Amino acid sequence: MIGIEHYVVVSSILFVLGVLGIFLNRKNIIVILMAIELILLSVNLNLVAFSAFLHDLTGQIFAMFVLTVAAGEAAVGLAILVIYFRSRGTIAVDDANRMKG
Amino acid sequence: MIHVFAFYLFAVLTIASGAVTILARNPVHSVLWLILAFFNAAGLMVLVGAEFIAMLLVIVYVGAVAVLFLFVVMMLDIDFAELRAGFVKNFPLGMLIAVVLLAEIVLGVGAYKAGAMHLGTPDGTAITAPGASNIAAIGQLMYGRYLFLFEASGLVLLVAMIGAIVLTHRQRSDSRGQNVAKQNARRPDEATINMKPEVGKGMTL
Repeated sequence: MIGIEHYVVVSSILFVLGVLGIFLNRKNIIVILMAIELILLSVNLNLVAFSAFLHDLTGQIFAMFVLTVAAGEAAVGLAILVIYFRSRGTIAVDDANRMKG
Repeated sequence: MIHVFAFYLFAVLTIASGAVTILARNPVHSVLWLILAFFNAAGLMVLVGAEFIAMLLVIVYVGAVAVLFLFVVMMLDIDFAELRAGFVKNFPLGMLIAVVLLAEIVLGVGAYKAGAMHLGTPDGTAITAPGASNIAAIGQLMYGRYLFLFEASGLVLLVAMIGAIVLTHRQRSDSRGQNVAKQNARRPDEATINMKPEVGKGMTL
Protein backbone atom coordinates (compact mmCIF):
# COMPACT_ATOMS: atom_id res chain seq x y z
CA MET A 1 0.00 0.00 0.00
CA ILE A 2 1.21 3.49 -0.81
CA GLY A 3 1.62 5.71 2.23
CA ILE A 4 2.87 9.17 3.06
CA GLU A 5 6.38 7.74 3.37
CA HIS A 6 6.48 6.92 -0.31
CA TYR A 7 5.66 10.50 -1.19
CA VAL A 8 8.22 11.85 1.27
CA VAL A 9 10.88 9.57 -0.24
CA VAL A 10 10.09 10.65 -3.82
CA SER A 11 10.08 14.31 -2.86
CA SER A 12 13.32 14.06 -0.90
CA ILE A 13 15.06 12.27 -3.79
CA LEU A 14 13.85 15.02 -6.11
CA PHE A 15 15.14 17.67 -3.67
CA VAL A 16 18.55 16.04 -3.47
CA LEU A 17 18.67 15.78 -7.27
CA GLY A 18 18.03 19.53 -7.42
CA VAL A 19 20.85 20.29 -4.99
CA LEU A 20 23.14 17.92 -6.90
CA GLY A 21 22.25 19.71 -10.13
CA ILE A 22 23.38 23.03 -8.67
CA PHE A 23 26.75 21.53 -7.76
CA LEU A 24 27.28 19.58 -10.96
CA ASN A 25 26.48 22.45 -13.33
CA ARG A 26 28.25 25.18 -11.43
CA LYS A 27 29.05 27.12 -14.59
CA ASN A 28 25.75 26.90 -16.42
CA ILE A 29 23.27 29.23 -14.78
CA ILE A 30 20.36 28.03 -16.92
CA VAL A 31 20.69 24.51 -15.55
CA ILE A 32 21.09 25.97 -12.04
CA LEU A 33 17.74 27.73 -12.46
CA MET A 34 16.20 24.47 -13.66
CA ALA A 35 17.62 22.68 -10.61
CA ILE A 36 15.97 25.32 -8.40
CA GLU A 37 12.69 24.58 -10.18
CA LEU A 38 13.21 20.89 -9.36
CA ILE A 39 13.73 21.76 -5.69
CA LEU A 40 10.56 23.84 -5.63
CA LEU A 41 8.69 20.99 -7.35
CA SER A 42 9.76 18.61 -4.61
CA VAL A 43 8.57 21.11 -2.00
CA ASN A 44 5.21 21.30 -3.75
CA LEU A 45 4.93 17.53 -3.88
CA ASN A 46 5.64 17.37 -0.16
CA LEU A 47 3.04 20.03 0.65
CA VAL A 48 0.36 18.32 -1.45
CA ALA A 49 1.14 14.86 -0.03
CA PHE A 50 0.89 16.10 3.55
CA SER A 51 -2.24 18.05 2.73
CA ALA A 52 -3.86 14.81 1.53
CA PHE A 53 -2.44 12.90 4.49
CA LEU A 54 -3.85 15.33 7.07
CA HIS A 55 -7.12 15.99 5.18
CA ASP A 56 -6.29 19.67 5.43
CA LEU A 57 -6.33 21.87 2.35
CA THR A 58 -3.89 24.48 3.67
CA GLY A 59 -1.00 22.55 2.16
CA GLN A 60 -2.49 22.85 -1.31
CA ILE A 61 -3.07 26.59 -0.89
CA PHE A 62 0.57 26.97 0.14
CA ALA A 63 1.67 24.86 -2.82
CA MET A 64 -0.08 27.42 -5.00
CA PHE A 65 1.86 30.25 -3.34
CA VAL A 66 5.11 28.37 -3.86
CA LEU A 67 4.14 27.98 -7.51
CA THR A 68 3.56 31.73 -7.77
CA VAL A 69 6.92 32.57 -6.31
CA ALA A 70 8.62 29.98 -8.54
CA ALA A 71 7.07 31.51 -11.65
CA GLY A 72 8.14 35.02 -10.61
CA GLU A 73 11.62 33.81 -9.77
CA ALA A 74 12.01 32.13 -13.17
CA ALA A 75 10.82 35.24 -14.99
CA VAL A 76 13.11 37.67 -13.15
CA GLY A 77 16.05 35.24 -13.18
CA LEU A 78 15.85 34.72 -16.91
CA ALA A 79 15.45 38.47 -17.48
CA ILE A 80 18.63 39.11 -15.51
CA LEU A 81 20.30 36.33 -17.49
CA VAL A 82 19.29 37.92 -20.79
CA ILE A 83 20.60 41.39 -19.91
CA TYR A 84 23.77 39.89 -18.48
CA PHE A 85 24.36 37.99 -21.70
CA ARG A 86 23.61 41.12 -23.72
CA SER A 87 26.27 43.14 -21.92
CA ARG A 88 28.94 40.47 -21.40
CA GLY A 89 28.39 37.92 -24.15
CA THR A 90 28.68 35.00 -21.75
CA ILE A 91 26.67 33.46 -18.93
CA ALA A 92 29.48 31.65 -17.15
CA VAL A 93 28.92 32.03 -13.42
CA ASP A 94 32.64 32.24 -12.70
CA ASP A 95 32.96 35.40 -14.79
CA ALA A 96 30.21 37.16 -12.86
CA ASN A 97 32.41 39.42 -10.75
CA ARG A 98 31.19 42.88 -11.65
CA MET A 99 29.91 43.65 -8.19
CA LYS A 100 33.17 42.42 -6.58
CA GLY A 101 31.14 40.55 -3.98
CA MET B 1 -3.53 -2.41 -7.39
CA ILE B 2 -3.74 0.25 -10.05
CA HIS B 3 -2.84 2.81 -7.37
CA VAL B 4 0.45 1.08 -6.68
CA PHE B 5 1.22 0.70 -10.37
CA ALA B 6 0.39 4.35 -11.12
CA PHE B 7 2.38 5.60 -8.14
CA TYR B 8 5.49 3.68 -9.08
CA LEU B 9 5.17 4.65 -12.74
CA PHE B 10 4.88 8.37 -11.90
CA ALA B 11 7.52 8.25 -9.16
CA VAL B 12 10.11 6.44 -11.25
CA LEU B 13 9.50 8.67 -14.25
CA THR B 14 9.66 11.83 -12.12
CA ILE B 15 12.95 10.88 -10.52
CA ALA B 16 14.49 9.56 -13.73
CA SER B 17 13.60 12.65 -15.74
CA GLY B 18 14.76 14.87 -12.87
CA ALA B 19 18.11 13.07 -12.97
CA VAL B 20 18.43 13.43 -16.73
CA THR B 21 17.53 17.13 -16.40
CA ILE B 22 20.65 17.83 -14.39
CA LEU B 23 22.87 15.42 -16.32
CA ALA B 24 21.93 16.20 -19.94
CA ARG B 25 24.62 17.76 -22.10
CA ASN B 26 22.29 19.98 -24.04
CA PRO B 27 20.19 22.49 -22.03
CA VAL B 28 17.36 22.15 -24.56
CA HIS B 29 17.13 18.47 -23.67
CA SER B 30 17.29 19.48 -20.00
CA VAL B 31 14.21 21.65 -20.43
CA LEU B 32 12.32 18.88 -22.20
CA TRP B 33 13.15 16.40 -19.43
CA LEU B 34 12.13 19.01 -16.87
CA ILE B 35 8.73 19.17 -18.58
CA LEU B 36 8.41 15.37 -18.27
CA ALA B 37 9.33 15.60 -14.58
CA PHE B 38 6.62 18.22 -14.01
CA PHE B 39 4.04 16.14 -15.86
CA ASN B 40 4.73 13.07 -13.76
CA ALA B 41 4.77 15.08 -10.54
CA ALA B 42 1.35 16.38 -11.57
CA GLY B 43 0.31 12.75 -11.97
CA LEU B 44 1.51 12.03 -8.44
CA MET B 45 -0.59 14.93 -7.19
CA VAL B 46 -3.68 13.72 -9.05
CA LEU B 47 -3.25 10.36 -7.32
CA VAL B 48 -3.86 11.92 -3.89
CA GLY B 49 -6.83 13.93 -5.13
CA ALA B 50 -5.19 17.35 -5.60
CA GLU B 51 -6.40 17.90 -9.16
CA PHE B 52 -6.34 21.68 -8.98
CA ILE B 53 -2.70 21.98 -8.00
CA ALA B 54 -1.81 19.30 -10.55
CA MET B 55 -3.49 21.19 -13.39
CA LEU B 56 -1.95 24.43 -12.15
CA LEU B 57 1.45 22.75 -12.25
CA VAL B 58 0.93 21.65 -15.84
CA ILE B 59 -0.37 25.03 -16.97
CA VAL B 60 2.09 27.25 -15.10
CA TYR B 61 5.23 25.15 -15.40
CA VAL B 62 4.82 23.44 -18.74
CA GLY B 63 2.89 26.25 -20.36
CA ALA B 64 4.83 29.22 -19.06
CA VAL B 65 8.04 28.52 -17.18
CA ALA B 66 9.37 25.70 -19.36
CA VAL B 67 8.55 27.60 -22.53
CA LEU B 68 10.34 30.64 -21.07
CA PHE B 69 13.38 28.46 -20.39
CA LEU B 70 13.28 27.01 -23.90
CA PHE B 71 12.97 30.48 -25.35
CA VAL B 72 15.98 31.81 -23.45
CA VAL B 73 18.10 28.72 -24.09
CA MET B 74 17.46 28.89 -27.81
CA MET B 75 17.75 32.67 -28.05
CA LEU B 76 21.14 33.00 -26.39
CA ASP B 77 24.07 31.93 -28.49
CA ILE B 78 26.17 30.11 -25.91
CA ASP B 79 28.92 27.57 -26.16
CA PHE B 80 27.49 24.97 -23.80
CA ALA B 81 30.44 22.61 -24.13
CA GLU B 82 32.65 25.19 -22.45
CA LEU B 83 30.13 25.67 -19.65
CA ARG B 84 30.25 21.96 -18.94
CA ALA B 85 34.00 21.98 -18.36
CA GLY B 86 33.81 21.77 -14.55
CA PHE B 87 31.35 18.88 -14.56
CA VAL B 88 33.80 16.12 -13.74
CA LYS B 89 35.73 18.29 -11.31
CA ASN B 90 32.59 19.16 -9.35
CA PHE B 91 31.20 15.64 -9.38
CA PRO B 92 32.78 14.30 -6.14
CA LEU B 93 31.84 17.35 -4.06
CA GLY B 94 28.31 17.37 -5.48
CA MET B 95 27.82 13.68 -4.82
CA LEU B 96 29.16 14.08 -1.29
CA ILE B 97 26.72 16.86 -0.48
CA ALA B 98 23.85 14.97 -2.13
CA VAL B 99 24.62 11.83 -0.13
CA VAL B 100 24.86 13.80 3.12
CA LEU B 101 21.51 15.48 2.46
CA LEU B 102 19.86 12.19 1.53
CA ALA B 103 21.31 10.52 4.63
CA GLU B 104 19.78 13.26 6.78
CA ILE B 105 16.37 12.71 5.22
CA VAL B 106 16.69 8.93 5.57
CA LEU B 107 17.55 9.47 9.23
CA GLY B 108 14.40 11.54 9.63
CA VAL B 109 12.19 8.97 7.91
CA GLY B 110 13.79 6.17 9.93
CA ALA B 111 13.11 8.03 13.17
CA TYR B 112 9.52 8.51 12.03
CA LYS B 113 9.20 4.77 11.47
CA ALA B 114 10.27 4.17 15.07
CA GLY B 115 7.37 6.31 16.25
CA ALA B 116 6.07 9.63 15.01
CA MET B 117 6.32 12.77 17.09
CA HIS B 118 2.94 14.28 17.79
CA LEU B 119 3.04 17.89 16.69
CA GLY B 120 -0.66 18.58 17.06
CA THR B 121 -3.70 18.10 14.90
CA PRO B 122 -5.15 20.38 12.22
CA ASP B 123 -7.57 22.89 13.73
CA GLY B 124 -10.28 21.82 11.32
CA THR B 125 -10.80 25.22 9.68
CA ALA B 126 -9.34 23.95 6.40
CA ILE B 127 -10.62 20.41 6.56
CA THR B 128 -11.63 18.78 3.31
CA ALA B 129 -15.40 18.48 3.18
CA PRO B 130 -16.50 14.96 2.21
CA GLY B 131 -18.88 16.00 -0.56
CA ALA B 132 -17.19 19.03 -2.11
CA SER B 133 -14.85 18.67 -5.07
CA ASN B 134 -11.21 19.64 -4.67
CA ILE B 135 -11.48 22.81 -6.72
CA ALA B 136 -14.63 24.01 -4.92
CA ALA B 137 -13.02 23.48 -1.53
CA ILE B 138 -9.83 25.28 -2.59
CA GLY B 139 -11.88 28.14 -3.99
CA GLN B 140 -13.79 28.47 -0.71
CA LEU B 141 -10.53 28.66 1.18
CA MET B 142 -8.62 30.84 -1.25
CA TYR B 143 -11.28 33.51 -1.61
CA GLY B 144 -12.17 33.35 2.04
CA ARG B 145 -9.56 32.71 4.66
CA TYR B 146 -6.54 33.28 2.42
CA LEU B 147 -7.96 36.17 0.40
CA PHE B 148 -5.29 38.69 1.37
CA LEU B 149 -2.48 36.21 0.86
CA PHE B 150 -3.98 35.42 -2.53
CA GLU B 151 -3.98 39.11 -3.46
CA ALA B 152 -0.43 39.43 -2.17
CA SER B 153 0.64 36.61 -4.47
CA GLY B 154 -1.00 38.50 -7.35
CA LEU B 155 1.11 41.50 -6.35
CA VAL B 156 4.23 39.31 -6.39
CA LEU B 157 3.43 38.28 -9.95
CA LEU B 158 2.80 41.89 -10.97
CA VAL B 159 6.12 43.03 -9.53
CA ALA B 160 7.91 40.12 -11.22
CA MET B 161 6.28 40.97 -14.54
CA ILE B 162 7.15 44.67 -14.33
CA GLY B 163 10.66 43.79 -13.18
CA ALA B 164 11.23 41.44 -16.09
CA ILE B 165 9.94 43.99 -18.59
CA VAL B 166 11.97 46.87 -17.12
CA LEU B 167 15.11 44.74 -17.04
CA THR B 168 14.95 43.53 -20.61
CA HIS B 169 13.47 46.60 -22.26
CA ARG B 170 15.87 48.71 -24.28
CA GLN B 171 15.35 51.86 -26.27
CA ARG B 172 16.57 51.49 -29.82
CA SER B 173 17.73 54.57 -31.66
CA ASP B 174 16.50 53.38 -35.05
CA SER B 175 13.01 52.39 -33.99
CA ARG B 176 10.15 54.40 -35.51
CA GLY B 177 7.65 55.01 -32.79
CA GLN B 178 4.15 56.39 -33.08
CA ASN B 179 3.65 60.12 -32.37
CA VAL B 180 0.19 60.13 -30.90
CA ALA B 181 -0.03 63.92 -30.39
CA LYS B 182 0.87 64.58 -34.00
CA GLN B 183 -1.71 62.08 -35.18
CA ASN B 184 -4.42 63.61 -33.02
CA ALA B 185 -3.59 67.14 -34.15
CA ARG B 186 -4.09 66.22 -37.81
CA ARG B 187 -7.31 67.62 -39.32
CA PRO B 188 -9.22 66.30 -42.39
CA ASP B 189 -8.83 69.56 -44.38
CA GLU B 190 -5.03 69.40 -44.24
CA ALA B 191 -4.93 65.67 -44.83
CA THR B 192 -6.94 65.56 -48.10
CA ILE B 193 -6.66 68.25 -50.78
CA ASN B 194 -9.03 68.60 -53.70
CA MET B 195 -6.86 69.42 -56.77
CA LYS B 196 -9.73 70.08 -59.22
CA PRO B 197 -7.82 69.14 -62.42
CA GLU B 198 -9.17 70.38 -65.75
CA VAL B 199 -10.85 67.95 -68.10
CA GLY B 200 -8.26 65.88 -69.94
CA LYS B 201 -5.43 66.96 -67.61
CA GLY B 202 -4.08 65.45 -64.51
CA MET B 203 -3.17 62.13 -66.04
CA THR B 204 -0.89 60.82 -68.75
CA LEU B 205 -1.58 57.77 -70.85
